[in-house]
Amino acid sequence: MPERSALRGLPRLLLLGLLGLLVLMPYIWMTAASLKPLDEIFRASLSLVPERFHAVENYGKVFAKIPVWRYLWNGVVVCGGILFFQLLFAVPAGYALAKLRFPGSGLAFGAVMLGLLVPYHVPALPLYVGFSQLGLLNSYTALIAPSTISVFAIFLFRQFFRSLPDDLIHAARMDGISEAEIVWRIVLPNAWPAATAFAIFSVVAHWNDLFWPLIVVNGTQYATPALGVLYFRSDEAGDDFGALMAAAVLMTAPLVLAFLIAQRRFIEGIATTGLKG
Amino acid sequence: MSASLAAPLPRRGTGEALAGWMLTAPAAIAYGLMLLLPTLATIALAFTDYELGAPAFAWIGLENFGELLSDRGFAIALRNTILYVGIVAPLSVLGGLGLALLIESGTRGRSFFRAVFFLPVVSLPVAMAAAWQYLLHPTIGPLNAALRGIGIDGPAWLSSSDTVLISLAAIGIWENMGFNLVLFLAGLTAIPRELYAAAEVDGAAGGWERFRLVTWPLLGPTTLFVVTITMTRAVRVFDSVAVLTQGGPNKASQVLLYAMYEEGFTYFRLGYSAAITLVFLAIVLALVWLQTKVLEKRVHYA
Repeated sequence: MPERSALRGLPRLLLLGLLGLLVLMPYIWMTAASLKPLDEIFRASLSLVPERFHAVENYGKVFAKIPVWRYLWNGVVVCGGILFFQLLFAVPAGYALAKLRFPGSGLAFGAVMLGLLVPYHVPALPLYVGFSQLGLLNSYTALIAPSTISVFAIFLFRQFFRSLPDDLIHAARMDGISEAEIVWRIVLPNAWPAATAFAIFSVVAHWNDLFWPLIVVNGTQYATPALGVLYFRSDEAGDDFGALMAAAVLMTAPLVLAFLIAQRRFIEGIATTGLKG
Repeated sequence: MSASLAAPLPRRGTGEALAGWMLTAPAAIAYGLMLLLPTLATIALAFTDYELGAPAFAWIGLENFGELLSDRGFAIALRNTILYVGIVAPLSVLGGLGLALLIESGTRGRSFFRAVFFLPVVSLPVAMAAAWQYLLHPTIGPLNAALRGIGIDGPAWLSSSDTVLISLAAIGIWENMGFNLVLFLAGLTAIPRELYAAAEVDGAAGGWERFRLVTWPLLGPTTLFVVTITMTRAVRVFDSVAVLTQGGPNKASQVLLYAMYEEGFTYFRLGYSAAITLVFLAIVLALVWLQTKVLEKRVHYA
């Protein structure tokens, strides 16, 4: 019997394997080309294995021509800064909307729902003018500030905090703990599932974003990984596909590795959070 | 959203109101400065002839929108965006559903394949666009090399106006399918097993019958959600266009957001760019409105 059921599952596995291979094609060829010398790439052979191993030259060229670490560091600063402020603003607001009664809370929640409808591209033009007037283009401030408010985070935390038992908060109040302390010492530690899910959602969105960095950043000093690949493609590596693919591998690697390590959390964070929005 | 209201905590009067205001104040200020005011400013800009660097600007009423109507470039961008959404949304939804059913139909390799198909969602789009550029390159690209192997002369995928939109749409499907797959998997696991057993008792033995009678109707709300979220994601197509084609050749891949970007940040015609932004916003809002309408009417079982 077990042999029969193993055979029964075989077509499914074969089909999934084939489709999976198809989806992985860009990764496979990107990595293969990053290991090949240029003349082999230009021969357009269908062999994945390089005849002459050229990884050192290709990756070396990327590190020599562009500030790879700078781009990656900028990505970390921007994503970290955005996440920090998003949590700093959204967690207390989510708690207040979930557990406190105050005049204007209905209006605030209405504003959150309204904000959910507006894609972040819509306020971009006036924000650009504003940062330009303040002389803040080309800065971490310009990259981080517009994303510090996440109505999605407020909504998510409000939903999550509503299910926290009132007794927990009531007991803290009895002990004379202030509302602000309740938020950071009692509510947030109980909100880790929502907070990690949102953190992953936020970091993936901003690490991968091109639109806003392309608008406010010029030059390499504050360029994020996405801009880094774009610059390298247009300046250094017009047709040098080996080096270009090496740069693409380097800039894609951090998030993909994080994903492979914490697969389940990533999928929960990105997709399942989306379900509730 | 859960409908049940949480029981109110013991009231503490003004103290509680004060705490509520203080805790929402930082978010409210950031909301006003970074979202509300600039969004209102975009709406206002759309009715002006403001250009960055120009000494003055004037209110010109609906002139920008009048210009949009006669702007051939904008008409192409709108048409391309609709075509792109029209290809990407149905195919990536069906693809996601098919993959979810395939993965659910067995037990082995579930999380492995889920991870494989989800990988594009977390991969830097700009870098993957570069990988696609190589894959689809007319002379050195592996795709055309493989086609040559079987005697077909492949087109210049990204640089011919006949194929560029199809190629970008293929990349869009590749980017979105894994996301939809995971949403469908969540929907599928929520279907009670007993319903399949009941359907079998009622004579629905075949896989297709079970899908038609149980899976598809119960997946209704998930499907509606996946369709609208994919459409709103597809309307925002920007990265692949910005990296690979810049709207070319000859505007054959021009889309709404890239047109908005070009007008605003290349030609600095901010008023006109704001008008395009409002068209984009109107489309997004229409999709949300459509979702709530359909949700009210059709997907009710409770």
